[in-house]
Amino acid sequence: MSAIYNASRRGFLKTSALAGGGLLIGFTLPGASRLAQAVSVFSPNAYLRIGSDNQITVICGLSEMGQGVHTAIPMLVAEELDADWSKIKVEQAEADPAFNNPIFGMQATGGSTSVRGHWEPMRKAGAAARAMLVAAAAERWNADPADCRTEKGMVVHKSGKKLSYGQLAAAAAKQPVPTQVQLKSPKAFRILGRAARRLDTPAKVNGSAKFGLDVRLPGMLTAVMARPPVPGGKLVSVDDSKAKAIAGVKQVLQIPGGVAVLAEGYWAAKQGRDALQIKWDDGANAALLSDAVSKMLAEGAAKGGALGRNEGDVGAPVAKRLEAVYEAPFLAHACMEPMNATVWVKPDEIEVWAGTQSQGPSQGILGEVAGVAPGKVKVHTMYLGGGFGRRFAPDFTVDATLLSKISGKPVQLVYTREDDMKAYFYRPASVARFAGGLDANGKAVSFSASICSPSLMEASGFMKLPADGVDAMAVEGIRDCPYDFPNLRVEYARREPGVQIWFWRSVGHSQNLFFIESFVDEMAAAAGKDPCEFRLGLLGKQPRFRGVLELAAKKAGWGKPLPAGVHRGIAVAHSFGSYVAEVAEVSVGRDGKVRVHRVVGAVDCGLTVNPEIVKRQIESAIVYGLSAALYGKITFKDGRVEQSNFHDYPVLRIDEMPKVEVHIVASTEPPGGIGEPGLPPVAPAVANAIFAATGKRVRKLPIKAEELKQA
Amino acid sequence: MISLSVNGKNISVNDSPDTPLLWVLRDTLGMTGTKFGCGVALCGACTVHLDGAPVRSCSTPVSAAAGRKITTIEAMAASPVGKAVQAAWIKHDVPQCGYCQSGQIMGAAALLAKTRKPSDTDIDAAMSGILCRCGTYNQIRAAIKDAAQSMRTGS
Repeated sequence: MSAIYNASRRGFLKTSALAGGGLLIGFTLPGASRLAQAVSVFSPNAYLRIGSDNQITVICGLSEMGQGVHTAIPMLVAEELDADWSKIKVEQAEADPAFNNPIFGMQATGGSTSVRGHWEPMRKAGAAARAMLVAAAAERWNADPADCRTEKGMVVHKSGKKLSYGQLAAAAAKQPVPTQVQLKSPKAFRILGRAARRLDTPAKVNGSAKFGLDVRLPGMLTAVMARPPVPGGKLVSVDDSKAKAIAGVKQVLQIPGGVAVLAEGYWAAKQGRDALQIKWDDGANAALLSDAVSKMLAEGAAKGGALGRNEGDVGAPVAKRLEAVYEAPFLAHACMEPMNATVWVKPDEIEVWAGTQSQGPSQGILGEVAGVAPGKVKVHTMYLGGGFGRRFAPDFTVDATLLSKISGKPVQLVYTREDDMKAYFYRPASVARFAGGLDANGKAVSFSASICSPSLMEASGFMKLPADGVDAMAVEGIRDCPYDFPNLRVEYARREPGVQIWFWRSVGHSQNLFFIESFVDEMAAAAGKDPCEFRLGLLGKQPRFRGVLELAAKKAGWGKPLPAGVHRGIAVAHSFGSYVAEVAEVSVGRDGKVRVHRVVGAVDCGLTVNPEIVKRQIESAIVYGLSAALYGKITFKDGRVEQSNFHDYPVLRIDEMPKVEVHIVASTEPPGGIGEPGLPPVAPAVANAIFAATGKRVRKLPIKAEELKQA
Repeated sequence: MISLSVNGKNISVNDSPDTPLLWVLRDTLGMTGTKFGCGVALCGACTVHLDGAPVRSCSTPVSAAAGRKITTIEAMAASPVGKAVQAAWIKHDVPQCGYCQSGQIMGAAALLAKTRKPSDTDIDAAMSGILCRCGTYNQIRAAIKDAAQSMRTGS
């Protein structure tokens, strides 16, 4: 049995007996997770291998970056298979269109889509395999399949006879693939909805888990690159004589992305890179300055732009009107594992080893770079040392491919931490200008938002700004705001400061929910109402928003006394199909230093696959969002990124970590996403708590201690 | 040639004396369990033990490790403390992406070797130099306390 499963050898709707006797199965419904369950056309994309040793291997096409997908996907299969969870293993699939994410139509991991997209197809793969095992057992016993049931990896006849899945695997492989399968009612679940242990934990506690940077190939060279220090800058000249004099340095190569030093090992490559003497032409962005970007975005928001939503008349007279302008900065992802890729361009195929979120698109992109067909691009997905959207980008794989192609060697391109921090692909900076109106009773009657930011859809390279001129990601979380404002208007103004922007955990929601949930808090304060009650009063038609808000408030003890100096803030958000409310307990020192003591979250993500992973993902997103709210900013001066490493791009440390409690709303709705939805509410919950503590409104991130100092 | 003792084995390497220990481990010896995160001792992903004390291998020249006992994540299961820490990490399902966890485990094992019942302040002091972007800090804290407990009771 080959350890690496080559999906391209599999035929349509085909099962095959494995050497040594086993069942290999790969099929599911095409694309449509939301179609009726009875659709009977299967097309391959989910895979399962049952060995005669009872070992069950689920082959997962999605990237594991901490979000738990290498556990969640096997749980979906195992549930309908009635497998013994202790016998389940997971294996990473090579890139193949058969593993396309049904929501994206390409093989990629992001947008909190994995469980949403594979919820039905993976369960159907398990159910079909189960039916074939039952058919095989019934045939062996000369019995009616209806008299057979399955439990924990066994087919059991009503007489009490039993056969294990391993014993039946070879015979099951000869059974026809069922065209229709019956899925369990959630009430019958015995694996889903329970806290199965993560399958990747053992390898991640003993150093054996292989990340992209851990790939070692015979003859491999390590590359470290010098890139233009200003976006859009160009190479004028390079003197590489000092670099080439360093022991271990083998080649110095120029590619469009910059100058690369290829060496035996990282240390020689890095020293060689540092020894390059380069003249750059800084180009049009030589004077790029963050203050000017702020001004550009503020002017755009003031001017307004394309109309995203317009209901009623926001110009109608109100008893009380308030306005505010909010701003969020560019942000780096700062994954713990710096960007890297290992590529070997061979005469008629290329092999790629990378922690990537976009192995499907990579096949096409890297095939074009290397001059081979997409099918000749083998992508081995390694564990990702953090993704957060950053590893959806192709910069590191493209440059590694070019370097291998030119050098003729397997090349591992490594970004130093500083390279990684300065390599752009930032969360877009954004400014939002709000106006809100209250009637004489303090009820919110109008709301308008004008948002200005660069267009992420255009920056992505695979989306276009829609005909209405509104970038969906620039306005998400505000255009679809749940509040019952009878008069509501949302505009988008596009401005392009000239910096490559990218998807960052929870995308537009990451800044937009800070904006709107802070402004709604301002409206509550202006109305003289409790911020939680004020929101509930505007959510009459939104039971799931109300549900999480009420649960978070209840569990946090909203309205009950707190220790002296500690104050609460609340916020609620919907993103990626899930609803999350968070209450932050915060104190602000006399020096303005903000301390977050506890965050209580409530999540409604529909049916839960693994409640423990759900809670951890909400907690993880809270920490990621807190780092950004308290510290995160990428700024430019003289065209150059000012941040470089964790001293000037700080992230939360264990001594700053709040207590986190996460509560799950019981739900029978289809599953929502979970990797991102916990992030958007945390910054506004903290900022609103700061207002409760100090009376000062944070309207620009990151939160600045000097502005919160008490005299 | 520099003579090293890595996880109880004597090894000679040809790297220049100023090469950081991290890259000798990862590139010369092929031991990739120790991770590169920042290169300047700001993130702790590269933590190993030198004569039992936690050091950032990205900023420790290999010459400074000569003649001293180097212990890495690959040998953690061989020591009672390391074993207890790994068992607690598994019990609490601590890792998410997992990239920082070698450093976290090395930091925790060094703490527990010295301090059998660490307080929260002890944990903060020992672990605040080791970053985790997935936010597993609360699980790390719980697992350290659990490992301490299991070592005291011998379970």
